[in-house]
Amino acid sequence: MDFVYAFLLGGAICALGQILLDLTPLTPAHVLVLFVCSGAVLSGLGIYEILIDFGGAGATIPLPGFGHTLASGVIQEIEANGFWGIFSGVLENASVGLVAAVVIGLVISLLFNPKG
Amino acid sequence: MAEKRLGEDTVLFSSFPSIIATATTVGKKEGEGPCAKYFDKVVRDPLYGEGTWEKAESKFLLESVRKALEKSRLTYDQIHFMFSGDLLNQITASNFAARELPIPFYGLFGACSTFTEGLTLGGMAIDGGFAQRVLVGASSHYQAAERQYRYPTELGIQKPPTAQRTVTGAAAVVLGKDGPGPFLTAATIGRVIDMGISDPMNMGSAMAPAAVHTIVQHFKDTGRNPDYYDMIITGDLASVGKVLAEDLMKKEGYDVSDRYTDCGVLIYKPDADTLAGGSGCGCSAVVFSSYFYPLLQEEYRRLLLVSTGALLSPTTYQQGETIPAIAHAVAIERNWPEGEW
Amino acid sequence: MVMAKLTREQKAYKEWADSRKPRPSLGRNIAVAFVVGGLICALGQGVLNYFISIGMSAKEAGGPTSAVMILLGALLTGLGIYDRIGKFAGAGSIVPITGFANSIVAPALEYKREGYVMGVGARMFQIAGPVLVYGMSTAWLVGLIHWLIHK
Repeated sequence: MDFVYAFLLGGAICALGQILLDLTPLTPAHVLVLFVCSGAVLSGLGIYEILIDFGGAGATIPLPGFGHTLASGVIQEIEANGFWGIFSGVLENASVGLVAAVVIGLVISLLFNPKG
Repeated sequence: MAEKRLGEDTVLFSSFPSIIATATTVGKKEGEGPCAKYFDKVVRDPLYGEGTWEKAESKFLLESVRKALEKSRLTYDQIHFMFSGDLLNQITASNFAARELPIPFYGLFGACSTFTEGLTLGGMAIDGGFAQRVLVGASSHYQAAERQYRYPTELGIQKPPTAQRTVTGAAAVVLGKDGPGPFLTAATIGRVIDMGISDPMNMGSAMAPAAVHTIVQHFKDTGRNPDYYDMIITGDLASVGKVLAEDLMKKEGYDVSDRYTDCGVLIYKPDADTLAGGSGCGCSAVVFSSYFYPLLQEEYRRLLLVSTGALLSPTTYQQGETIPAIAHAVAIERNWPEGEW
Repeated sequence: MVMAKLTREQKAYKEWADSRKPRPSLGRNIAVAFVVGGLICALGQGVLNYFISIGMSAKEAGGPTSAVMILLGALLTGLGIYDRIGKFAGAGSIVPITGFANSIVAPALEYKREGYVMGVGARMFQIAGPVLVYGMSTAWLVGLIHWLIHK
């Protein structure tokens, strides 16, 4: 069943993105920025956890999930280390994805050329 | 000397500049379109064996230049000027192609209107007696334009149905003082018109008013009507801009619907990649040079070719500027219009 | 986005031209984005379940799952497939983290010809950069508010 919920929630978030792209003058970059910020805010409000409980990867794989990863890291670090956790926590949980993206990106650019 | 100006923005060529030869080299997608069989060469590799899109674009242009010279049976030293332009920053596709050629060179930027800008200036150089023969070229390249104006080519984005695909291709045309025709007889030089469109994915709407302004000015200056021409051909308004242009012409009192077409509509089979149609300096250049030029010997006696250009840069649209546009019209006729002027 | 001031004549033309332009087929686009985006997330669920099955907690498995999905998006970009998926699926393949990987790898490939420092290195975050700038700043702000309220 978790696959079905992931499909439904993930699909719904992407469909929302499509509506924004087609009905507003926002570019893909604008929509991605909007999504990551919304994810961080919803995470701060404690709402994103509920979405993850429902949809699992359907909530973590779309970009708002990345915003949640950023914000949840900050809150964890604040709980553990106080004020400076606001700074040290931002990349606490996001580091895996971010470093993977940079290193994999670099390797792929060594191996491939644009096909056009 | 005969009067060389007519009305506000029109020039007359009084000394019979003739199109001696044309040559075209295009990419794979263009080579699968309705004009496929008219092109001199279709290159399936977008890199054309080079290391970068930009070098490939120069090679498309060089190939067309060499082919045009071969067809006209002229040598480099018989060509007095070359006029050429493209869409790349600092028009490097043309500059770098000209680096390989022993011909005095004028680099032009008129965005996608470059082809008729070049024909006009080339015609004037001949008509003014400054040259016997000139070469006019124009090129564009889908991937090179994409990465400069929009996004990296591998980015997975969806474009709106108003977007156009930059034509990969180049054309070269040899103009000469002596030739059997077809002849350049008149040209109306466009003004820069900006009607407030700012969406770079909707350039047909941005350019349609400029095309209509130039065509209407041409009729006013020359006293001609649409039926003087067998066909009026705009450059790259594509399906979105073409419809607007037709309606704007009607509003100005000219019904051109039975003799009007657009190179951006003609060059591709419509599909998810080509959307509204073709664009780019190469668009009107390769469609005229391959498809319409031979028809001037058969079906058509008189054509009005109006290449259209959107004069934007990534900087200007990110800064929220609207898109200025321009169009230059050239009248090309099988026979010299005797005693008409 | 900055908007230019238009004259009345420009406004009238823009409205007229906009009213006549073809619209994207919204129903089709939303349906395709939903299905493709949903499938990518279901695949992510499979990867997540795998990491949990080898003994990770649901929370620990999040990072490795992202890394696998990023690898997948990056590989499909390198093979020249992801741009075609994007053309077909729109937001369906832009919004998942595989699209984030695509937005990093596509400029890295494209600007390789300008060298590994000023090309690949400097341009890699052409599209993902704004996401990080505003994502990190928002997370920072969320943290600050959390600290002010709870500490």
